[in-house]
Amino acid sequence: MALSQNEVLAGLAEIVNEETGIATEAVQLEKSFTDDLDIDSISMMTIVVNAEDKFGVKIPDEEVKNLITVGDAVNFIVAAQ
Amino acid sequence: MSQPTLNQYETVKYSRIYSLGAALGDLTVTNDDIAGPIDSSDEWIRQRTGIITRRRASKDLSLMDMAVSASNEAIAKAGIDPSEIGAVIFSTITHPHQTPSAAALLADKIGANPAPAFDISAACAGYCYGIAQADALVRSGVAKYVLVVGGEKLSDFIDPTDRTISFLLGDGAGAAIVGPSDTPGISPTVWGSDGSHWDAVGMSASLLELRDGTAQWPTLRQEGLTVFKWAVWEMVKVARQALEVAGVTADDLSAIVTHQANIRIIDELAKQLAVPEHVVVARDIVYTGNTSAASVPLAMHALLESGEVKSGGLALQIGFGAGLAFGAQVVVLP
Repeated sequence: MALSQNEVLAGLAEIVNEETGIATEAVQLEKSFTDDLDIDSISMMTIVVNAEDKFGVKIPDEEVKNLITVGDAVNFIVAAQ
Repeated sequence: MSQPTLNQYETVKYSRIYSLGAALGDLTVTNDDIAGPIDSSDEWIRQRTGIITRRRASKDLSLMDMAVSASNEAIAKAGIDPSEIGAVIFSTITHPHQTPSAAALLADKIGANPAPAFDISAACAGYCYGIAQADALVRSGVAKYVLVVGGEKLSDFIDPTDRTISFLLGDGAGAAIVGPSDTPGISPTVWGSDGSHWDAVGMSASLLELRDGTAQWPTLRQEGLTVFKWAVWEMVKVARQALEVAGVTADDLSAIVTHQANIRIIDELAKQLAVPEHVVVARDIVYTGNTSAASVPLAMHALLESGEVKSGGLALQIGFGAGLAFGAQVVVLP
């Protein structure tokens, strides 16, 4: 069954926390991965691969640069399920 | 009249690495030395690559000089005469001549003339490709001893303003002597290529484009994130497969020596593999940089010289890079 936006956000926050140590509460839809959460491109790729595993979706490499905010990533995953 | 029976090579059951040799560029290059043209900083480079310094060769120190030096050390440590070397395999992407090979000149310079000699172009996987070839040549009886060299002078092919790979790169050469053994010393190799990502890492232009004036001097470039993703998650599978075909587990290892591409790749690979605490993970990149085909033998040589690992232990070595190409095997440390 497809997960809701909130469920994907919660799952993604756990992945971000595991990779970077950032508190899950800080991972909010409007936050920018680079500007607000200070996540570099290599950590972002690790998060993407873990998200692919966790949510059973495929996030193409060329799509990653378009995932500016947490909300962008959540919406992409919700749509790709 | 009956037809005579042909002679064929007498096979040898096992092979092993007898010894290693190493040579590094003569210059120590700090992050501050190279940060300016890429508008970066020591902190940024350390955080993204783990590199504190890299070793590069001055204009007067050639790729061949470093290869000869590393080879002579390996030959001396193996206790063999260079005339006993039955093949010379040189893995490099920075030999400045399309032809003739670097290996033929190397063979002559170290006293192995007239041994068969050839180059391998498998970039950062090149040394592991060379060990696979050497293992096959020794066990098939074609050669008693094989010299395998991974060597690069990458600083001849960098663009100081390139933010994708140039700042990672260093110069050096690593050499190994492979020969016959009473016990198994080199596991089956898991190797392959994926040309669907042919453009992910390599030169910025061809020599024909340079000739035609449509490109500048070709230098190395990469699509860093694509390579990172492949180098970690695909190479984890290759590493697991290499352990499986070797008939060992990660617990049995003394060390894991990956291509020293980037500390973030090495750390993530070790994490994904759930490497046990007692297994030493080579992080030679911190002070040598990424030396492509040379990085695996240089890193293994450094671990042995520092006493972090002991001769006789098992090491998983895995090379991966442009092609894309990869190769991995478990070896008994010389």
